[in-house]
Amino acid sequence: MSAWADKSGRYWIALAGVLILFLAPFAISYWDQPFYLDVLMRLMILAIAAISLNLILGYGGMISLGHSVYIGIGAYAVGIPAYYDEYNGILQLLLALGGCGVFALLTGAICLRTRGAYFIMITLAFAQMMYFTFVSIEEYGGDDGLVIYARSDFGGLLDLENNVVLYYVILGCLLLALLLVHRIVNSHFGMVIRGTKSNELRMQTVGFPTFRYQLSCYVISGMLCGLAGWLMGNFTGFISPEMMDWTRSGELIAMVILGGPGSLFGPAVGAAIFILMETILSEITVYWHLYLGLLLILVAKFSGKGFGALVGRIRGAR
Amino acid sequence: MDSTLFVIQILNGLQLGVLLFLLAAGLTLVFGIMDFINLAHGSFYMIGAFFCATLTLWLDSFLLAALLALPLTLVVGVVVELLVVRHLYQEDHLQQILATFGLILVADTLVHIIWGPEGLTFALPEVLNGQVTVLPGILFPVYRVLIISVGLLIAGGLYWVVVKTRVGMLIRAGASNRRMVEALGVDIRYLFTLVFGAGAVMAGLAGLMIAPITEASIGMGNEILIVAFVVIVIGGIGSIKGAFVGALVVGLIDTLGRSFLDDMLKLVLSNQAAETSAPAISAMLIYILMAAILYFRPQGLFPPRGR
Repeated sequence: MSAWADKSGRYWIALAGVLILFLAPFAISYWDQPFYLDVLMRLMILAIAAISLNLILGYGGMISLGHSVYIGIGAYAVGIPAYYDEYNGILQLLLALGGCGVFALLTGAICLRTRGAYFIMITLAFAQMMYFTFVSIEEYGGDDGLVIYARSDFGGLLDLENNVVLYYVILGCLLLALLLVHRIVNSHFGMVIRGTKSNELRMQTVGFPTFRYQLSCYVISGMLCGLAGWLMGNFTGFISPEMMDWTRSGELIAMVILGGPGSLFGPAVGAAIFILMETILSEITVYWHLYLGLLLILVAKFSGKGFGALVGRIRGAR
Repeated sequence: MDSTLFVIQILNGLQLGVLLFLLAAGLTLVFGIMDFINLAHGSFYMIGAFFCATLTLWLDSFLLAALLALPLTLVVGVVVELLVVRHLYQEDHLQQILATFGLILVADTLVHIIWGPEGLTFALPEVLNGQVTVLPGILFPVYRVLIISVGLLIAGGLYWVVVKTRVGMLIRAGASNRRMVEALGVDIRYLFTLVFGAGAVMAGLAGLMIAPITEASIGMGNEILIVAFVVIVIGGIGSIKGAFVGALVVGLIDTLGRSFLDDMLKLVLSNQAAETSAPAISAMLIYILMAAILYFRPQGLFPPRGR
């Protein structure tokens, strides 16, 4: 009974969260605090990225330490066409999804031949490969990156130049991502992915070609993160290889674990904790990374199930 | 391709290779014995460099500073092992990644607090500043020769320790079957601390040796760490021999690729196409190598036995 109550309680909280996000622009424009609109947009974009990582990490047991590469590819899919004065939104979006899909397919096919620590290090290495590749392409700004002067153009359909419109597009994508992951993990396909996480050999013995399932899941996750990257490129109006630096991937993992891996809303909550900590602490001290680092060490040491479990443990100890 | 430049670039590649080996040796030992992924290993590289830079500025002697910086890095390594790392051996790799990522943030911020946001540069003593004739007609900086020699010396010493001594025997035994070593009455925790500390010192040595050439800067270890990961993945995680071969191969291919790839591409492509694509391809070269090796040997070139 308590499990049911707990679960339905979580859905009410999630619904309240969505409602708050839906109404936030009105409050923000009423008090005239556009800064917080930016904070929320960044939060939601990173939440989409964390949700996509959670699909392979939390449900699939594939620990990718190079996931921010897809944010980078998605953002460059806005920036490189814009460099050639091509602002067609559909084209940019297709480029982002297609580019991420192809990259995930090629690297995933190699990464998934390995297991455990090898998988972690190889995903990391491939992401770093893209990082150094973009650093070395002088045409697109190299280390310094590119400024994107106009956002994706969808004709008269959507005006992304308007921040509030962009906000609702991001919110829509976030809800879409949640729905997608929810449908995937509860489908037959998702069951195979979760089964493979807990016992791969058994799944293979039962007759599932686990490699194909995992690779498909890896590609879907990469493309979903590419969507986050496309939004990020539009939101920041600036791209640089730094977006796919491996420490960014580490932050995504931190978000997923802070929220609790393998739960639907966990990564979004983790992203929220991360961004709010960053926003609040960086106001107080320039050394805020110190506190973040200590928090991550504590979470890792005391709980495998995220911030919620850590709080629960502290409560339980009392 | 003139042969003088080729020899010099081979030496430069060798220098990168031994630095990578110093980092990779600690990583691969720590992983091999304790099954522990240490993302913060690059922080010891950075800390070694900062200790040495400060001590050089105080003492006015690079060699003395280097000799003092090593035990200091050892102390930091042992303290980190006792305070944090020791409690994570039982956890999943995911928790280890999160905690050591946290450690990086802590280390980078502490260095920022102590030394400020700017990097530290310092000059080499006169003796090490000159050039030396390595082959008839080919001059090479003395200091880089020193780096290569120290690196090779450490590699040889490490090989001797691991293969010929009692501690090395325990390390190898711990890598192939930890429980059995414990059951035979060896306090494996002591061995863990020792190995972790030794890894930290080797990383610190690499950092302090490169610092006079580049500088000691925040986050300097984070980029080279990934290349060290590539090295141990190519060599086989847990294998010292693999780390050595992998480090030299990666060091040479990366250096030679960056200097000669455009000339080689010009043989098959137009001049302009070669000029534009060479930097991007040479940046990808070691990762392509890694992918190719893993495609055929997912366990790396020299996977340790008994796992």
